[in-house]
Amino acid sequence: MISMSDTAPHRISPFPHRHLLGIEGLQPQDILGLLDRAEEAVEVSRQVEKRKSVLSGRTQINLFFEASTRTQSSFELAGKRLGADVMNMAVSQSSVKKGETLIDTAATLNAMHPDLLVVRHHAAGAVHLLARKVGCSVVNAGDGPHEHPTQALLDALTIRRHKGKIARLTVAICGDIAHSRVARSNIILLNALGARVRVIAPSTLLPGGIDKMGVEVFRDMREGLRDADIVMMLRLQRERMNGAFIPSVREYYRYYGLDQEKLGYARDDALVMHPGPMNRGVEIDPAIADGPQSLIREQVEMGVAVRMAVLEALAAHLPNHH
Amino acid sequence: MAVDTPKPLVLSNARVIDPARKLDAPGSVIIADGTILAAGPEAANQGSPYGADIIDCAGAIACPGLVDMCVSVGEPGAEHRETLASASDAAAAGGVTTICTMPETDPIIDDPALVDFILRRARDTATVHVHPLAALTKGLRGEEMTEIGLLKEAGAVAFTNGHKSVRNAQVMRRMLTYARDFDALVIHHTEDPDLAGGVMNAGLNASWKGLSGVPREAEIIMIERDLRLVGMSKGKYHANLISTSDSADAVRAGKKRGLDITAGVSINHLTTNENDIGPYRTFFKMSPPLRDEDDRQAMISALADGTIDIIVSNHDPQDVETKRHPWAEAEDGAIGLETLLAAALRLYHGEQIDLVRLLAAMTCNPASRLGLDAGTLASGAPADVIVFDPDRPWILEKSAIKSRSKNSPFEDARFSGRVLRTVVAGKTVFDRG
Repeated sequence: MISMSDTAPHRISPFPHRHLLGIEGLQPQDILGLLDRAEEAVEVSRQVEKRKSVLSGRTQINLFFEASTRTQSSFELAGKRLGADVMNMAVSQSSVKKGETLIDTAATLNAMHPDLLVVRHHAAGAVHLLARKVGCSVVNAGDGPHEHPTQALLDALTIRRHKGKIARLTVAICGDIAHSRVARSNIILLNALGARVRVIAPSTLLPGGIDKMGVEVFRDMREGLRDADIVMMLRLQRERMNGAFIPSVREYYRYYGLDQEKLGYARDDALVMHPGPMNRGVEIDPAIADGPQSLIREQVEMGVAVRMAVLEALAAHLPNHH
Repeated sequence: MAVDTPKPLVLSNARVIDPARKLDAPGSVIIADGTILAAGPEAANQGSPYGADIIDCAGAIACPGLVDMCVSVGEPGAEHRETLASASDAAAAGGVTTICTMPETDPIIDDPALVDFILRRARDTATVHVHPLAALTKGLRGEEMTEIGLLKEAGAVAFTNGHKSVRNAQVMRRMLTYARDFDALVIHHTEDPDLAGGVMNAGLNASWKGLSGVPREAEIIMIERDLRLVGMSKGKYHANLISTSDSADAVRAGKKRGLDITAGVSINHLTTNENDIGPYRTFFKMSPPLRDEDDRQAMISALADGTIDIIVSNHDPQDVETKRHPWAEAEDGAIGLETLLAAALRLYHGEQIDLVRLLAAMTCNPASRLGLDAGTLASGAPADVIVFDPDRPWILEKSAIKSRSKNSPFEDARFSGRVLRTVVAGKTVFDRG
């Protein structure tokens, strides 16, 4: 067990927020502070002895109204590596079907005195609502198409470790921008750190007012990828589409799937990312997903580190924190 | 309503405003036998009726009680949200002396017996006048027409499909045509249901929030369709809640073509915009959605130039069970009876509209459109009168809300202008003391 004193982040300024509900509202120094903390967490995670005691005796509840193996296990591992008692609650199967509202669930959980609540919900704003009703710190693990802040942070960490910086890089985000919380959080974060952000999608998968969201908009993938440093692919979220946004998967792959030919328009040292889970052959050629330019597996590792950083940063706001 | 005749009442030393007569002058209001004997400067020189209570208004405004033609009440079916009694208490406190109830209750008011039920319950429990609006189509399904003639005979003052549009243009055309034979007013919610699938105003704001948008065109297309159908059918039509500058343009053009049309706007769309939603505050979720500031300003201009005739509260009580949800899952609606006048006075204090026109939109305009004997202080009119101080400051505290539901977008808001006394048929039903 590593003691508190040798890992206390002296040079990192304290995180000023009680919750992490989104990237919106964070200052660049808040973001950089979390990334610096995450670098330390990467080191901790690569040691044989991975546990810290900063959350020892604390209770973390992962409250997932929407199933997610990847994000939930990442938060679980992050909490455990910091010494927290972690409980997973999958709500979709039980209470909601019995007519319990989000607020009822919040009140029930609040009575259990958790210190940290990690929440994923299918509705935008649900995590904000919950944060107003509970007494503990809340982390947004994805609320509908709104935000997914830890994903954007882990993407930034991954990029920074490979490119040494974020500023002035050209990042192309491709796919279902309209329904993507990953896209929104990344657009805000990358702009805050000075990157040039492009989005590439058919017009039916772009949200209204996209041209005012701080991005360059492309409908042609080759043009959009030209000289890009980072290619960030999004999952085509078919389950979210209640209308016909694209005619067929094969037409989508033809124009917006990432294959070798299209990737050739990006810089030679361009790196490819995907938040997962991937639809191989729908938005990305499997050979690229598993190829040398892909950072997809590393993103998963960075995910645990970033979540450790976030939990640790919020721990400073818990009562009786030393 | 009480059957005993109230004592005569004189409201003296008032600034008397009667928009129907374009009157705004110092004077008195003399009331006896539940009707107006005289109101205005001439009344100040008349003696008081024998035994009258004389109230010194100390320069406050005396004007006709407000007529609110779009009020949802939970009775029957959702009395935990609002009853006719609680709605009428809220109305009286807000200076509203006549409410028209929306038919979206459980059961839906699409049968003459149900119109009769509302009227009887109102007679027994309400302190303000209550006039039911009946459903335009059976079950509000937008398919088959209701018994316009029988419903009107039972006491329905107009016909509406509630907060849902009639999707089928042929059905709407027949409704307008048939209703014309009974000189019945058709009040319509103008939102194309297919385009209006979202949960807030479409645009940048919705995009950042990750919410699906209701484009302005959903409203514009429906109103333009309706006005063409009114032209075909020569029907009598009121667009209940418009919210965009283009809708106002369409109404303006329709009036110029000589159509028998009027337009209404909710107080929310005159005084708030989509930025007020903030962090997903569901008390600001309504239909049509709150638009941007340009559209809000366009609503004020359209009111000032007479394109918009009527202001309503669109009072819609919702409780924790229906509102305390993530935005997309929460119900539409906001209460508004108690704040209608105070919020409207913001436009007057902001010098965006003159007081007589502002009050006309909440008194004589809705009364005359609905054919109600209300909304004026002319001699012989029912004595529905309010006294308010246009400058008195106050803050809306949740605990002071009379409505059974507390979903006010104006919680903790500051207002200038407060109702001091509300008189219905000559009887004081609210007195701030």
